[in-house]
Amino acid sequence: MNGSADRMRRAFIWSWTGAVIVFMYLPAVSLLLASSTSSRYFIFPVTKWGFDWWQKTFASLEVHQLFKTSLVIALCVTAVAVVIALFGALAFARYEWKGRSIYQKIVLLPIFFPQTVLGLALLLWFNALGFTMSWQTAVFAHLVWIIPVCTLVISIQVYSFDPALEEAAFDLGATRWQVFREVTLPVLFPGIFSGALFAFLLSWGNFPLSLYTTGADTTLPEYLYAKMIAGYTPGVPVLGTVSTIGAAFLLIGSYGLILAMRRARQSATE
Amino acid sequence: MNRLFKTFGPGPRLAVPIMLFLLGGFAAPLLAVIAYSFVPARTFSLWQKWSLGNYVEIFQSSIYISFLWSLGLAVATVVILAIVCYPVAFGLTRVFGRWATLITLLFALPLFVSENVRIYGWILFFIKNGVLLGSLKSLFGFELESIVFTTGLTLLGMVYVYLPFMLFPMTLGVSMVPQQTRDAAFDLGASRWQVFKEVDLPLSMPGVVIGFLLTFVLAVGALAEAKVLGGQRVIPITHDIEIAFTYAQNWPLGAAVSVLLMLVVGTLVLLVLRRFDLDTIVGRR
Repeated sequence: MNGSADRMRRAFIWSWTGAVIVFMYLPAVSLLLASSTSSRYFIFPVTKWGFDWWQKTFASLEVHQLFKTSLVIALCVTAVAVVIALFGALAFARYEWKGRSIYQKIVLLPIFFPQTVLGLALLLWFNALGFTMSWQTAVFAHLVWIIPVCTLVISIQVYSFDPALEEAAFDLGATRWQVFREVTLPVLFPGIFSGALFAFLLSWGNFPLSLYTTGADTTLPEYLYAKMIAGYTPGVPVLGTVSTIGAAFLLIGSYGLILAMRRARQSATE
Repeated sequence: MNRLFKTFGPGPRLAVPIMLFLLGGFAAPLLAVIAYSFVPARTFSLWQKWSLGNYVEIFQSSIYISFLWSLGLAVATVVILAIVCYPVAFGLTRVFGRWATLITLLFALPLFVSENVRIYGWILFFIKNGVLLGSLKSLFGFELESIVFTTGLTLLGMVYVYLPFMLFPMTLGVSMVPQQTRDAAFDLGASRWQVFKEVDLPLSMPGVVIGFLLTFVLAVGALAEAKVLGGQRVIPITHDIEIAFTYAQNWPLGAAVSVLLMLVVGTLVLLVLRRFDLDTIVGRR
């Protein structure tokens, strides 16, 4: 291949990707800028820098309550989603069985479905059953979308799982439960961990499903939406920036953790 | 019991929890929507005389305009994203090397921040005295009218929000093309364009099509972009549905519109998914 043409192409791909990344982060930067002003309305270039709104937002009792509701929902969703998705992923990728290909497609259907319509459908369904909307119904609603995502994420790990490991343990006289606990779970752990991370973050940031199913309880994204439509304060960009930075820390921290674990296991086997 | 154990191996048994959950959490709600679409307008109970009244009302109204806007914007989003994402997907598999993981993380991060928050970041960027127009004013001294609340910005918001949903399946697809096959084609004298058309495109098709499908479906269901960035200049179908459920308090009509949207989306998804073997895409075996 022609060397200089190849270099040109690589340079093009690098700069194209760089431009797309800048595009992806322009809103986050705008949020950060808008949160660090001490005036009531956002005017750029900022004349009075300050973190007054950060203090005000964190001191607000209402915001504490929102954080609590969102956190409780996300933790419940994560706990339930990981258990069901782990079994679902083993059926998805580990075992050969009749009907598996149809099963795989059914599991993916909720992902390929407009979330606003799904939220409304759940509202109608809960209403027909006579439930009152609250954070519990929101947990259920999130699960409908998040369990399939989580199953898919764990499945990717399960595909690379070597069934011979389980068989060897059985041959050595381990019981079914021992094999699951001592072999299957540790080997699949990175996938389970990623699945849990996805479940938590997607539930934390979800808006379309929460909108119709939380009832009197309010999550952070719902509150922010209400504030954007009417009643902007710089508290909106403050909370937006906090959730961006929080997600970044979780994501990078977990990635580091998985890398460290992989390294530890490698040095243990060497 | 033992026989039952044998006829149903571990696979089907492990699938039971999730299938039961989707039965109660996905299939049943969809049936509820379908049922509601047949009850008389502006009522809230299922147990009454069913009719086709809501559908008649829809076909006599101008709701098809919203439908066309939603479909049109979704198609435009898919086309733009295909062009924007392909070089990045190619780079992630063949060019970036050890940087690929970090770049993937950078693209994944926005997924985890609520989409309406990120869309609001664009408002702050484009609004009068915002980041863009404010900078232009102070640097070059000229003032532009605010450019928010336009259809173009709605499209930009959709491209922005759904980018990862195109990028990741596409990257998966591109990574399914073996480098040896490409090298062989080059050695046999194929041009760059020929390699793209005859090798890259067909072999990465499964991932690319999944990306198209996912972005299209999500974009048809988009709501916040048109509301926040578009200033309701364009009314997408999801907005009509939301209005029917909230201000108009006409659940049956909203349900009927949802059923029509579900038909369009569902047909497309089933047609496309039917043709794929998910083991090769997800598991790469």
